[in-house]
Order: sequence, then C-alpha cells, then structure tokens
Amino acid sequence: MNFPILSSLILLPTVGALFLFFTKDKDGNNLTAKYVALFTTVVNFLISVYLWISFDQSTSTFQFVEDRTWIEGFINYKVGVDGISILFIILTTFITPLCIISVNNSVKNRLRDFLIAILIMESFMIGVFCALDLVVFYLFFEAGLIPMFLIIGIWGGPKRVYSAFKFFLYTLLGSVLMLVAIISIYWIAGTTDVIQLYELGIDAKYQNLLWLAFFSSFAVKTPMWPVHTWLPDAHVEAPTAGSVLLAAILLKMAGYGFIRFSLGLFPVASEVFTPLIYTLSVIAIIFTSLIALMQEDMKKLIAYSSVAHMGFVTLGIFTLQQQGIEGSIIQMISHGLVSAALFLCVGVVYDRMHSRMINSYGGIVAIIPKYSILFMLFTLAALGLPGTSGFIGEFLILMGAFKDNFLVAVIASLGVILGAAYMLWLYKRVVFGKLVNEDLKKMFDLNRSEYFILSCLAVPTLFFGFYPDPLINTVEVSVTDLINMHNTNIASK
Amino acid sequence: MENLNLVLPEIFISLSIMFLLILGVFKKNSSKITFNLSLFTILITAIITINETFSVSRETLFNESVVIDSMSSLMKIITLIGGFLVLVISSSYLKTFKIYNIEYPVLILSSILGMMVMISSNDLIVFYMGLELQSLALYVLATYNRDQLKSSEAGLKYFVLSALSSGLLLYGCSLVYGFSGSTNFDIISNQLNSNEYVLTFGIVFILVGLAFKISAVPFHMWAPDVYEGSPTTVTLFFTMVPKIAALTVFIRFLYVPFLNLIDQWQMIIIFLSIASMVFGAVAAIGQTNIKRLIAYSSIGHIGYTLAGLATASNEGIQSSIIYISIYVVMNLALFSCLLMLRRKDQYYENIEDLSGLSKNHPLLSLCLLVILFSLAGIPPLAGFFAKFYVFKAVLEQSMFFLAIVGLLSTVVAAFYYLRIIKIIYFDKEKDKYDTDHSLWLKFSLTVSTILILLYFIFPSQLIEVVSRINII
Repeated sequence: MNFPILSSLILLPTVGALFLFFTKDKDGNNLTAKYVALFTTVVNFLISVYLWISFDQSTSTFQFVEDRTWIEGFINYKVGVDGISILFIILTTFITPLCIISVNNSVKNRLRDFLIAILIMESFMIGVFCALDLVVFYLFFEAGLIPMFLIIGIWGGPKRVYSAFKFFLYTLLGSVLMLVAIISIYWIAGTTDVIQLYELGIDAKYQNLLWLAFFSSFAVKTPMWPVHTWLPDAHVEAPTAGSVLLAAILLKMAGYGFIRFSLGLFPVASEVFTPLIYTLSVIAIIFTSLIALMQEDMKKLIAYSSVAHMGFVTLGIFTLQQQGIEGSIIQMISHGLVSAALFLCVGVVYDRMHSRMINSYGGIVAIIPKYSILFMLFTLAALGLPGTSGFIGEFLILMGAFKDNFLVAVIASLGVILGAAYMLWLYKRVVFGKLVNEDLKKMFDLNRSEYFILSCLAVPTLFFGFYPDPLINTVEVSVTDLINMHNTNIASK
Repeated sequence: MENLNLVLPEIFISLSIMFLLILGVFKKNSSKITFNLSLFTILITAIITINETFSVSRETLFNESVVIDSMSSLMKIITLIGGFLVLVISSSYLKTFKIYNIEYPVLILSSILGMMVMISSNDLIVFYMGLELQSLALYVLATYNRDQLKSSEAGLKYFVLSALSSGLLLYGCSLVYGFSGSTNFDIISNQLNSNEYVLTFGIVFILVGLAFKISAVPFHMWAPDVYEGSPTTVTLFFTMVPKIAALTVFIRFLYVPFLNLIDQWQMIIIFLSIASMVFGAVAAIGQTNIKRLIAYSSIGHIGYTLAGLATASNEGIQSSIIYISIYVVMNLALFSCLLMLRRKDQYYENIEDLSGLSKNHPLLSLCLLVILFSLAGIPPLAGFFAKFYVFKAVLEQSMFFLAIVGLLSTVVAAFYYLRIIKIIYFDKEKDKYDTDHSLWLKFSLTVSTILILLYFIFPSQLIEVVSRINII
C-alpha cells in the first residue's frame, strides 16, 4: 500500500471545509470562500481522474485498498474501489465543483456555511462509494443526512422545513433497519468486511430478512415507488446546488448499494425478490411518468422523471444480466449528468424570473437562444435520444430486461415513450410557443459561469453517447465477475 | 486488618465534608473558598481512586460488604468527574440567583459520597445507607433555590415520591433477606432459587425502587417536574451523576444476587427498556421547556442503557456503561449551552428562546447542532456509537424485537431533536444573548463538543477501559 489516495479523496473536502470555517464570514459575494472551496474540489477531481487513469481495468479485485484497525477486533476502516465504484467517485468529484460554481447566482446569504455544508457532503458521498466495510458504509451513508438536512432547511424555498424533515425522517426510518441487518450480519458471519463476506457467503436462511432490511433503506433512498414522495418535496424546496447534489449523487448511493450489497451479499434473496423489484420498478416507470406529465412546476416534473429513471436503474440491476447491470450503471452516471444539468437549467431561469411554474414561461427561444439550445440537448438526453448517454443506458437496460422477462421489458419500453412525452412537452411549453409574459423579455442569456457549467455537463453527455467504451470497459470485468459469483452462489444452493 | 487504602477515597471525602462544614460555620463569607476547596477535594479523591483502586481486579472489605472492582472504580471516577464539572460550571449561575452559599458544594460532595458508597456496596444495608445519603442531599439540592415556588415544589415532589420508592425498595430488601438469610450479595446469590413466588415480589419491589431512581417508565413521573423546577445546575447534576450510581447498583443487583433468577427479571427489564425508549421519544415531542424536554429525552436514553442490561451478557453491561459515559458527556455539553442562554441576569429555558440562534451566535449553535445530532444518534457522532454498541450487544442475544423497537424510537426521537435544530437554524432571530461566560463554562462546552465530534477517530480507548469489566 502506497499513498492512501482514497482516504485523501475523502478527507480533502473536509480539510477544505475546516479551512473555510476559519476564514471570516463576509456578507454578499464572499470570493475567498468560493475560491477555497473551488480549489479543493477541483484538486479532488484531478486526484480522482488520476485514480481512474491508474486504475487497472483488467481485474475485478478491489484496488487502492486501505485497511486499518478502527475498533479493535470488530471493525476495520477499509476502503477500496473496483470498476463499479470508481465511476461514482468520479461523478461525485465532477459534479461538486460545478455545484460550487453555480452558487454564484442562487445562494445569497451565509455563503460560507453553504460551501462548508457542500464540502462535508462531498466527503461523505465519496466515503459511501469507497467503503468496503458495512459499518463504515453505514456511517457515511447516514452522515450525509446532516449536511443535506441543513442545505434544504436553511437555504431552501418557502416549504423548506417540511421538506427537510420529511427527507431526514424518511431516510432515517429506512436506514435503521439496515443497521439492524448490518449488526446481525456481524453476528452471523463474524465480520462486516465486504470482501470477506463475498468469499464466505451468508447462510441462505437469513438472506431474505437481511435483504428486506437493506431494501428498506435503499428503496427510500433510490427512491422507489411507493416511498418516493419525499423526493419531489426535497427537490422543489432545495436550492439549485442542493437539488443537483441530491439528484446527481445521493440517489445513486442506493443504486450502488443495490449492486454492491443486495446482489453481492444476498444472491439467493435477490433471486427471490426479483419479481418485487420488477413490479415496483415498472410501476415507478409508468406511474411516475404519468404524474410527471401533469406537473405544473418544472422542478417537480424533473423530480418525478428522476423517480422514473431510477425505476429503469433498479429494473436493470435485478435483470442479473451483463447488459442490464452495465446499463444501470451507465444510466446512473448519465442521469447524474443530465438531471444535474436539468436542475441547473431550471435554476437559470428561476434566478431571473423567480418562478418555477411552467405556465409563466413560453416563447423564450428568441430571447435566450444559447440557453434554449443547451436545454434542448439535456431534454433530449433525458428522454434517451441516440447519441446521448441516456440512450446507451436505457438501451442496455431494456436489452437485459428482454433477455430476462419479456413482459416487463415491453411495459418498461412504454415508459420510454412517456418519458419522451413529458420531457418534450415541458420543453415545448417553456421554450417555444407564444411569448405571453412580457417580463420574460428582460431576461438575459447565460452568463459565463452558467455557460461554463452547462457545457461541462454537455460534453460528457454527448461524448459517452457516441463513445461509451471508457465507461463500459471500466465496469465490464467487475460486472462479469459479480454475475459469475452470483451464479455460482445460486448453483451451490 | 483490612486494607483501608481501598476505601481511602471515601474516607478522604467524608473528612473533607466535615472540615468544609466547620469552615463554613466559623468563617464568614466563605462561599468562594468552600467552592474551591471542594473542587480540590473531588480532584484529590479522583486521583486517590485512580491510584489505589484502578488496578484492583476484585477485592472485598468489611466482611465482604464493600467490593472494589474494575466496575466500581471506573464508575466512581465518572461520578467524580461529573460532580467536578457540575460544580465548576455552577458558580456563575448560582451567583445570579444569589444562592452562592457554602451548602451547595457540601451537599454535592455528600451526595457524591453516598453514590460512591452505593457503587461499592456488596451488601443490602451498605447499599441502602449510600442510597439514602445521596437521596437526602439531592432533596435539598432540588429545593436549593428556595425563594422560587417551582424549586420548592420540585424538592417536595422529589422527596415524597423518592421516599415512597425507597420504602418499596426496603420492603423488597427485607423479603430477599427473609428468603436468603443474609444481606450479603454473594451469599444471596448462592441461596436464592426461583421456586419461591414471594421472592419474585421481593425482586419486583427492588427493581421498582431502582427504576424510580433512574426514572425508567413507568416510574418516571417525578422526573419532568423535578428537572424543570430545580435550578439548572442541579438539573444537570440530576441527569448525570445519580444515574451513573443507580445504574451501577442496577447492574450489581441484577448480576450478583439475582443472577440465577434471570428468567424472573429479564422480561421486566425488557419492558422497562421498551417503555422508556418509546415513551421518552413520544412524550418529548410536545414539550416547550428545554429542561422538561431533556427530562423526557433522558428517560429515553435510560431506556437504551437498560436495553444493554437486559441482554444478560458482559457485552451488554459494557455497552450500557459506554452508553451512560457518552450520555454524560452529551448532557454536560447540552447544559453548558443552556447555561449560556443568559441575557441581563436572566436565564432562558424555553425552546422558543433558541429561535434563530445561529445568526447571532454561530459557534454556540454549531455546538448545539453537533450535540443534538449526537443525542439523536446520527453517525459519525459519539451518540451513534453509544447506540451502536448497545444494539450490537442486544442483537448478539437475538433480541430482534427490542432492537427494532429501540431503533424505530430513535427515529421518533430524531424528530424532536430536529425540531430544536430547526428553531435554531431555520427560524427568525431574536435579541443577542450575553457572551461574557465564565472560562470554565466555555471550557466544558468546547471539550465535550470536541469529544462528541471526534469520538469516531479513537473509539477503541473507551472500549478498552470498559472491557475490563466482567461481572458475569
């Protein structure tokens, strides 16, 4: 073990936050704080890129593993990455600096505290994706609630208190059962080390209950129908940067958890509960798409579309096919980019007009053309147009689904059409049509930082749409081995 | 000749109490010097305790009526540290109410002495003596602000109800003595068997009495009123120090004399635990006074400690002790914050008074944030680990129901902690509070908050100390 690169990834944002903590808090445009935060997160991004470059794609064993005794004879602080988790780490380190740039326009008061919250959040999020011990994972998973609660509650919209409470309590309620399961695993298997648990396996008779306990946590976090109701509230009330983090990264924790823990640790139970996941996913895809169609509020519409997209993800994961799982991972990455961009797009017009209602816009294409073009790009990516990363994900998921269950795949495909419907209709109502609202004429087009952020998100969306190989190569071996391990486990039972 | 070194702490503290009383009587205006001397006394007692008893694994004295083992020395040290900190941050509060008198430190010292006797007791009579010594001092402390109606009411309520519970306890003791023929715990342990129904009554009476002392549901009724009415520093003392002693005695009773009757008491403890956790969480929601809220929250926390005791395993006992130690730190931090809510010689105790605190007092509110999230048991703060160890021990015994109810009630409890955070951070600000706090108050708040915040870096140390405690 050489340089503890993963720990430094986790720690660096916290160090930055500490640094900020000791700077003076000025009102208004606090440039020092912003530069410190930006610098920290960009360095973190560069480290993670270096991590990706030096990552060995030909093996599925965990790399850059750090293993330290933490609680004597009980828990080790163990982190490491494989092909699956590295992509999420890069997504996190990529999105966070963009969030920090975006606060220029949306956060007015207590900027320094906001940046501290975001930096601490980044630490926890990276921790979740690196953790190779169940307790360490739980620690990071839960700890993320604190900064997010504050982000929604302090800097959110008018109904922020309700939303923050709902977010916090829903997630906590789901997670405590996972804690019971984690401790039970310790007593059943004698360890909470994920790698050792992969080798040992967990007795089949316990798996169903444990799976359900993990499921209760991940389902809330994903969010799956019918426990998705916290998401629209949280999204709508959170400030733009908060919505972006929530949509782009927090939701991915659950998808990642399903792959790493539910599939990896409980293969038998995963087989048993596949129908449940299929049903809930299909309902999520169809039902929330229909709800999204009827939304008046742009952020709410995108929030519901997130639920539908995450429905595809859970569907893909539990097809237990190579394509399905790869598709899910790519869909998550793509959704991370696209939903972040869409929330930022809403944020752009919200900062100018202070309205998120669709009907207060219309006909803005002539006034802010640059914005309209980028918005269109992300709309199309969200509905999965070929040539964007959204297409690759959905296509692979549906391919996996067709292999496994024809009926589910057909119904899910209908969801793609609905997705196109609500996204295009949203775009039509906001951007095209007649200019009714006279105030809109005063809007100015994207400023430099907004242009920069949206372009940063547009480039990978298009790049991975045309050339997804870097993503697929990274995850391929890990996913293959995961499925092999799963199949041998099933066969031996 | 007995090895009197082992009881040197008790001897020293009792001599000091007598000396301080005499000093207070004969010297005018001696409050300050009494305060300082009693701090000094506690410090020296703690040092003696560490020196003389910390390495002792198990020794008995005075016809085996006093036991010195790793549990007793650890709990004594926690008691002494708790008492020291209470005393040290009390002075400015007492001065404000003009009750900065010599009796206060002396009463605290005598209740600490009572607790030390309780902690070391290995005999029903010694135990009862210690219990009454600490209780009598506590009654007076509760009424200490005697010009205030609420304080007198609190003391009277505490006295009446506590005397009742002591009566029950004594009745239980007499039944147990009747069946075993001895007051010594070790002998009782060998003599008792579970065939006698009347004996069960004895156990139940003793448990009821003890449950009253730690305010476990359904014997909690006194706690909110007494906590609210007593002077804040006394409330702090109530929530921390007597609970440590009572918990130790609880452990001692369950696992020494009643060890063979585990089938009889395990259900009772589980019931007490679940009832306290659930009731503490639910009843705290509607509170508007912070001290009342803390009372209910402490009921909830006692529920978690009892969950550890219900497991009948060494891990369970250890986890309970870890829980109570971490809880003491959190409580100290919370009360330090509460004592800082002062504006022009008036202390504020309502939750509404915290409104918008984060605007004017960012550091204080940050501390409160950490403390409250820790009390709610959110990782990576110390409160999470406290719960984690307890539930680890509970699940080792496959007590799933207890674990799940306990964890679900943490979610309910999280709600009222979040409500306070909401008021601090999301609501409109009010006038500023004074910031000229005593150095000790700032010190205790800073140290305890840092301990809570950074506990996760070195979790092993506490476990190491506690793991020496092997009762069973």
